[in-house]
Amino acid sequence: MLGLNNKDLRLFIIVICLTVFAPFILNPFPETSELAQFNAGYPDLMQRFIIFGIFAIGFNILFGLTGYLSFGHAAFLGVGSYAAIWMMKLLTLNVIPAILMSIVFAGLFAVVVGYISLRRSGIYFSILTLAFAQMSYALAYSVLTPITGGETGLQIKATDTPLLSNLAEGEIGRANLFGLDMRSSFELELGNWLFTFNAGYYIAVVFMLIAFYLSIRLFRSPFGMMLRAVKSNQQRMNYTGLNSKPYTLAAFVISGMYAGLAGGLMVAMDTQVGPERMFWTASGEVVLMSILGGAGTLIGPVLGAGMIKYMENIISKINDNILHKWFEFMPDGIEDFLVTIIHPFIGKGWHLTLGLLFMAVIIFLPGGLVELGQRIGRLFRRGGSKDTAAQSTPAE
Amino acid sequence: MGILEVKGVNKRFGGLQALGDVNLSVSENSVHAIIGPNGAGKSTLLNCLVGKLIPDTGSVMFDGQSVLGQTPYQINQMGISRVFQTPEIFGDLSVMENMMIPCLAKRDGSFELNAWPSVNSQKDIIEHAEQVLEDMNMAEKRDMHASSLSRGDKRRLEIGMCLAQEPRLLLLDEPTAGMARADTNNTIDLLKEIKDQRDITIAIIEHDMHVVFSLAERITVLAQGTPLVEDTPDNIKGHPKVREAYLGEAQV
Repeated sequence: MLGLNNKDLRLFIIVICLTVFAPFILNPFPETSELAQFNAGYPDLMQRFIIFGIFAIGFNILFGLTGYLSFGHAAFLGVGSYAAIWMMKLLTLNVIPAILMSIVFAGLFAVVVGYISLRRSGIYFSILTLAFAQMSYALAYSVLTPITGGETGLQIKATDTPLLSNLAEGEIGRANLFGLDMRSSFELELGNWLFTFNAGYYIAVVFMLIAFYLSIRLFRSPFGMMLRAVKSNQQRMNYTGLNSKPYTLAAFVISGMYAGLAGGLMVAMDTQVGPERMFWTASGEVVLMSILGGAGTLIGPVLGAGMIKYMENIISKINDNILHKWFEFMPDGIEDFLVTIIHPFIGKGWHLTLGLLFMAVIIFLPGGLVELGQRIGRLFRRGGSKDTAAQSTPAE
Repeated sequence: MGILEVKGVNKRFGGLQALGDVNLSVSENSVHAIIGPNGAGKSTLLNCLVGKLIPDTGSVMFDGQSVLGQTPYQINQMGISRVFQTPEIFGDLSVMENMMIPCLAKRDGSFELNAWPSVNSQKDIIEHAEQVLEDMNMAEKRDMHASSLSRGDKRRLEIGMCLAQEPRLLLLDEPTAGMARADTNNTIDLLKEIKDQRDITIAIIEHDMHVVFSLAERITVLAQGTPLVEDTPDNIKGHPKVREAYLGEAQV
């Protein structure tokens, strides 16, 4: 079905279910419980899971398949965002043209950056892409202020009158999809649970599922095989009558377009852009996502993106007061001691937790979270019958 | 007029004259060996043929077309395939995938953005690759990781990958270097089989006299970047100049 083999189809269906039911899955704890702060089922965070998932899927097409480590992918995210917000300011507040333009502009920019950067490989390629991204960041901050809004960035303002949108005098336009406001939500209360279904989230999900489907097809295609050949042995490739340059450039541009899509969706969800979106740490983050999840696998980067965004938003929210509450039942001295020990790992220290986790993954699970899944699957297979083995084997 | 014509090729690296006025003619459907002591310029010559190096002067014609200034992949698409001294294969890919890549290169040319259909739907490619694996006696290894093959099998796979492109000229750069005797004999048998079954010209650079005299129909002896003699194996064996330059060391 859909031109996928059984294993890939199963994976795709799992991803569809997970994303569609995410408002339930990510809100396992009732609102009144202590653990409600671990709930991630609110629109803003769920949108970020999806958007960074797209970013990581695209990055993985370049890094996972060809092995070329781009350290400047945030530049395409930024270009996509600026393109999208200008479409909204000038043409229409409908998100579709904005998102399409973000893909187009990021793709064009990727052609230029890729054409130059791909003259080198290995660390030199990484440095070239990093230089381009930092250059874009610096330009957006300074010289290009008329286009980028400089330090303050760009927002939709009351003075913006898009050609195709009928706005009342002084009304601040809102991003919409043929009239459906991105921010509109439907709330479902079930006992102590509150589930939010957000329009913007589901629109992002549709884009993400299309992006994921296309990436599965690409992975399984002759083109995908050529990209893996690039990673494996370029010498043999060139002496087999294949020109590796257009292959890597195509992979670079495709992954740049994915980044542009992610940038466009960011603007669609939250109509503002700032140059910090292109800062090098943003480029580094997507590298971490891919490696943490499992570079070169289909689902890995999405898992990595989810993991990092979850930690960024949830662990960073925990503070000393919450810790004190958790350890209340212990004697005072021990309580204080434990809080002191854990303190550096929470709140602003979430980077430390992430760093340790990242190190643990690199050392013990070079294949990322996907490898963890495979190992658990193998354990089950050893223990269980043959039937359960087939079930528990994670697809990719 | 041979399929490969090398005329007056010179190549200089700084003060070193690596190749000095090399003339070479390889006739179609023959096996031509190029031998010579270390540093004779064999590898430099080969690199000039495949586009890795560009000679300072002279011409290299393949089937009436100049290969000078062409990149390796263009020369390959003209019909010259190269086997490396240490097998160059796609180690991260399976044996079958290794074989499918040259089949795709043969069908689709040097670049094709073929990202929609799945590999498994390319029936013609699969058939072609399986046929070559069969010919190479590697069919039962099709799902193995190429990097886990033995040295001899890697060589066999690499030769198979070259043959999958149905080249008109196959260049072999010391195909048995560092091999055990048994593997060497297997490779000789394989090359003999290829020669008998296909319309293919083989040019072979080799150190091992056993390999050279079992296969070659013509031999060119290089010494210090210049061809010394070119003749049949029987005449080469007894040639005094050759003995002096080369065979004297090896006592054949």
